[in-house]
Amino acid sequence: MNQQQEEKWDLVIEPQSSLFNLNLRAVWNYRDLLLLLVKRDFVSFYKQTVLGPLWFFIQPLFTTIVFTFIFGNLAGLAPSDIPAPLFYIVGITAWNYFADCLTKTSTVFKDNAGIFGKVYFPRLIMPLSIVTSNLVRFGVQMILMLLMMAYFYFVKDSHFHVTWTIFLFPVLTLMMALLGLGLGLIITALTTKYRDLAFLITFGVQLLMYATTVIYPLSKIPEKYRYIIELNPMTNIIEGFRYAFLGIGEFTLNGFVYTLVCTIVFLLLGVIIFNKTEKTFVDTI
Amino acid sequence: MSKTAIIVENLSKIYRLGEIGTGTISHDLHRWWAMKVMGKEDPFLKIGEANDRANKGISDIVYSLKDINFQIEQGDAVGIIGRNGAGKSTLLKLLSRVTSPTTGSIKIKGRVASLLEVGTGFHPELTGRENIFLNGAILGMRKKEITRKLDEIIDFSGVERYVDTPVKRYSSGMYVRLAFAVAAHLESEILIVDEVLAVGDAEFQKKCLGKMGEVSKGEGRTVLFVSHNMLAVKSLCSNGISLDKGSVQKIGNMASVIDAYLAKTAKVASSFINIEKESEGLTLHTMQISNNGIDGRFDIESDLVFDIKLSSTKDFEAINVNIFFNTLEGSLIFATCSKSEVIKKGTVTFQCTIPGNTLNDNIYNLDVMVVKDASKSIINLKDIISIEGVEEKRDGAWLDKFPGLIRPQNFKWSKTNTHE
Repeated sequence: MNQQQEEKWDLVIEPQSSLFNLNLRAVWNYRDLLLLLVKRDFVSFYKQTVLGPLWFFIQPLFTTIVFTFIFGNLAGLAPSDIPAPLFYIVGITAWNYFADCLTKTSTVFKDNAGIFGKVYFPRLIMPLSIVTSNLVRFGVQMILMLLMMAYFYFVKDSHFHVTWTIFLFPVLTLMMALLGLGLGLIITALTTKYRDLAFLITFGVQLLMYATTVIYPLSKIPEKYRYIIELNPMTNIIEGFRYAFLGIGEFTLNGFVYTLVCTIVFLLLGVIIFNKTEKTFVDTI
Repeated sequence: MSKTAIIVENLSKIYRLGEIGTGTISHDLHRWWAMKVMGKEDPFLKIGEANDRANKGISDIVYSLKDINFQIEQGDAVGIIGRNGAGKSTLLKLLSRVTSPTTGSIKIKGRVASLLEVGTGFHPELTGRENIFLNGAILGMRKKEITRKLDEIIDFSGVERYVDTPVKRYSSGMYVRLAFAVAAHLESEILIVDEVLAVGDAEFQKKCLGKMGEVSKGEGRTVLFVSHNMLAVKSLCSNGISLDKGSVQKIGNMASVIDAYLAKTAKVASSFINIEKESEGLTLHTMQISNNGIDGRFDIESDLVFDIKLSSTKDFEAINVNIFFNTLEGSLIFATCSKSEVIKKGTVTFQCTIPGNTLNDNIYNLDVMVVKDASKSIINLKDIISIEGVEEKRDGAWLDKFPGLIRPQNFKWSKTNTHE
């Protein structure tokens, strides 16, 4: 029997493993599953609908119209140097992506308890597939945003300019995705035991939007309260987006670095907590 | 030369009974304080007790598995048997990494594919073909592996005509066929199968068993198979493990394990069973068996009465209760079912009387099922008790065992003298 101790095992299942054993290799081995899940999300999204993928456009379009009317015209929150619809569509497109990543990953354990209880695959695949399918959706909504920009530029003859930060666009998008993912992972891990958080998240995200510069520009905030809005990492991303596409807003290097650090911290924290929870959550959910 | 595929050492798993969720912050803090700060053992592990449904325990911590040790050689087909709640499912969950053990370790050589359910992750809106890919990937196959085996899978499932139709339009039989077909074509060294064969028609079941036999004997892969169907286990597996209340009762040659299991189960007839199973707001509390029998055996000539106590937290349109009588090997002899009743919030008792002179002096394994709206089974408890009949007196000269699984005495016989 002694020789068995020297044998090499492919898999050792033990009660606890190191906190930092994130098993990313296993995640890579399941990359096909990730793509199939993304495909599933898409196919099932527009099956048996008349308008099909057009629904991706309708939601941001109507939100923009309503925001333009209420916050732009009635409340007068939109800046005057840019058409209000453009101001809103850029903010909404970016915010939607973050909010979708956050809310959908925050229920990942609850929504997939059935599958997770019956078969093992690296659990991280599920939230990653959510972020990826939302990324595709975000891409489609970007088209709507670009169409609107073209309309205002050529037809309405509005003045705005795309700046060099457009090259940061992929980085900003990635940061948004990972920030949403990190926060979502923390919340979903905690909701397996404490359901209260599930209630918090739905209106929490909505409230968070008002604490981000989606419906107003940073310049309209009184100096006294400005630091609160600037502490919100999403503010820098939304401002970065507006600066990149419209040349307005306040995008600073300090803000960018601050958000980057926040993203990395939340992401690491999220993945670690998620990995710790995934082992036994089936027993508590 | 045989090599070891799986080694299980001192494996235990505890569950906390009752409410889990709110109120556990204090437990969590207590445990964290004891383990991480003071460096002691987990304080909640000490008060655990063996998992025994029939007795109401004192502690709210229960060992679902306690100090399990065994090892499995490569290429073995191993059957795992045991009563309901013996820990079979927990063991499978641990082996397939769905949940983590509380203590102990499992060491595995080779890729593991586990089939705790057929069709995990099937999406109703996707077509059969799309679901083959999705389900295959969930079970751990790479896309190109699936592409290579696609024709074989479709062929095995026998649903070729409908493969481009969304699976929500499939009959439940077709659904299961497709799902099993995917699972059967996994290329893993170790295959773990829970009682999935209880579905599908007889022909398909035979095909599944055949495929599993082929997997273990022909391809030399290791198979772990859990079932209540002793005949299936016996025909498939060479070795067996019998679990009882979370501990290993016997390990060894399959036939001897089955004998040990059957000998043990036959004795445990108690007349009162605590069940406490909840689903959709309906709780099945207890089953009381009344008869004039002796030593846990019932007298086959007098009435056998079952009182099944339920309570519900809401109103139901139609609920009926079924009792299934199975042989020890797990094949169904007959089932009896109550009328559909309206259930109001509160407690009700369903009573079933099996008239005397119906059953024989055999051992019967009982399943209890509660069905909603005459179609949906909400509680389904397999193998909840074994009862053994005894014949106390008999008239006439024939004293040997009366043949048959049951012996109804109320059939009409008559004699007339016929004259040409």
